[in-house]
Amino acid sequence: MEATLVSNPKDSSATILLMGLRRGGKSSICKVVFHNMQPLDTLYLESTSKPTTEHFSSLIDLSVMELPGQLNYFEPTYDSERIFASVGALVYVIDSQDEYLNALTNLSMIIEYAYKVNPAINIEVLIHKVDGLSEEYRIDAQRDIMQRTGDELLELGLEGVQVSFYLTSIFDHSIYEAFSRIVQKLIPELPSLENMLDQLVVHSSIDKVFLFDVNSKIYVATDSSPVDIQTYQICAEFIDVTCDLDDLYVEDDKQEMRTLFGEDIRSVSRLNNGCILYLKQMIRGLALVALIRSDEKSDIDKSLAIIDYNVGLFKQALMKVWAHAKLQPANRPAVEN
Amino acid sequence: MSNSSRKKLLLMGRSGSGKSSMRSIIFSNYSAFDTRRLGATIDVEHSHLRFLGNMTLNLWDCGGQDVFMDNYFGSQQDHIFKMVQVLIHVFDVESKSINKDIDTFVKSLTMLQKYSPQAKIFVLVHKMDLVQLDKREELFEMMMEKLQATADPYRFQLKGFPTSIWDESLYKAWSQIVCSLIPNMSTYHQSLLKFNRILDAEEMILFEKTTFLVISSTSANTPDLDPKRFEKISNIIKNYKQSVTKLRTTFANLVIRGSNNLHFYLDALTDNMVVMIVLREKPGMSQDFLVLDNIKAARKWFEEIEKSDGKKAVDEPKHKLVQA
Repeated sequence: MEATLVSNPKDSSATILLMGLRRGGKSSICKVVFHNMQPLDTLYLESTSKPTTEHFSSLIDLSVMELPGQLNYFEPTYDSERIFASVGALVYVIDSQDEYLNALTNLSMIIEYAYKVNPAINIEVLIHKVDGLSEEYRIDAQRDIMQRTGDELLELGLEGVQVSFYLTSIFDHSIYEAFSRIVQKLIPELPSLENMLDQLVVHSSIDKVFLFDVNSKIYVATDSSPVDIQTYQICAEFIDVTCDLDDLYVEDDKQEMRTLFGEDIRSVSRLNNGCILYLKQMIRGLALVALIRSDEKSDIDKSLAIIDYNVGLFKQALMKVWAHAKLQPANRPAVEN
Repeated sequence: MSNSSRKKLLLMGRSGSGKSSMRSIIFSNYSAFDTRRLGATIDVEHSHLRFLGNMTLNLWDCGGQDVFMDNYFGSQQDHIFKMVQVLIHVFDVESKSINKDIDTFVKSLTMLQKYSPQAKIFVLVHKMDLVQLDKREELFEMMMEKLQATADPYRFQLKGFPTSIWDESLYKAWSQIVCSLIPNMSTYHQSLLKFNRILDAEEMILFEKTTFLVISSTSANTPDLDPKRFEKISNIIKNYKQSVTKLRTTFANLVIRGSNNLHFYLDALTDNMVVMIVLREKPGMSQDFLVLDNIKAARKWFEEIEKSDGKKAVDEPKHKLVQA
């Protein structure tokens, strides 16, 4: 992880490179995850003709680069070496509803090249569009693809390369889950974040807590208890509810006031089974969303007060981590020189 | 049996115009995407919905294929068109045979004049999402002009809405339709205004609990705000309600401290109503408890109105008998 950053000191942002054959669904993934586009609307996307790069400012400066599928990456005019050297993760999208043998050959070629240029690169394979496959066929497809990729890499003498596989579809939350995992690999501060969240959970009677990127609903970190997809969905949708309601009452001319003395957004919702959904705005487009289970009705208000205090502490800690992270890129080239 | 608390609503329109989709979204918690699984409605599908406690909406969703239509206007006419409070006629904006659509509309107007001349007529120009944004208004105006002209000879005053299941326009239309049936509208509104004055809130909105249709609101001086916000709130909260069901529970309340110094409180007011209060922050006051307590205090008040609703419903038929 460290090496990715050091190898390209100019560009400190974690970059994700999206690749795959044409019509694999790369642009759709981008639009759905980062632009809140409705999955059905992606049917009308046009074919991407040139590489696109987008930047998202969050706790990590994430940028997503998308390469058109029909491109020949090994043409000399194309500066693929520089691109591969600068990215942290290579996400290869395979259309599982299509014949994928071609895609696998293409994938192993790309892996071979990318690994030569940048051995620290994370290689992630999305077995995409699984919404159209039956349950057992998904498993078969995944096993088949993993097997074949393994064989191909063995032939190329690259058995040491770590490749992760995800079954994804833009019509459910699997794509967010996959991207969360991918992004988490690019955050050098992840272990400390998780540790901090664990501390928060232990001291605040919280059931599950996520640190979300508000824009994309990707979770940057969560505590160490297993992720239940339903809890994730509810928490992600709770962000929408809070932001949408808030946006309705923001008048345009008061936009500046908002930044001047606007307090952080905080939203609490009680459910009839005693659970509480809790959201608090953190720094840089992040939000902390927690599911709190409490059994006795009487001390809800007290435990909320405790949680408020603890979350406040967590936020301060987050600010410190961020201040530290911001210094690093500036320091690193100096150390190297 | 008192009939005035039971309201008969006819939902009509030619086949494929989106009648059952509307009903499923507003009353059965379908998402817009789910509605493509709905098949054709065979004959008439009845649904009985309790609304605001003692009001029952009998929604007659009339399948729109020609075979059924001929039945409605032929052998079943007195069954279908008797004691109708509201006719909701749905027009598919993309329909190829406008003349035939209007033809059925005229037929149902004729029947209504014969069997229930007091009925209110609502026209929904549906599937507006299929029309280009800049052309929507013009098209809707044109359509309404034409329909009003056809309804004039029958002395019905039409009320029309452009709708689409993919945005909040559907909630707007149905809110107004259902509100036209609530007898105590003004009492609710007066009480809400009073409540608003007590709390000095920016705005209060009263929703029906299960459908989240807007019953009443107190917008004082907020011209800059989104005029479609009520429908959007309905939509947002309904989605939230839906997502909470994954935890096998329902939501009790929601308190948001927003970015613009505004606080939002959403809580059950009575068993059938939910209130949303938007309050500007006042310095040095821990108002969260205050507001939630105030909502509790107002609960009794509004429950009273709901009950009196029932009394009136019992009284009215007697009154009518005397007149007859």
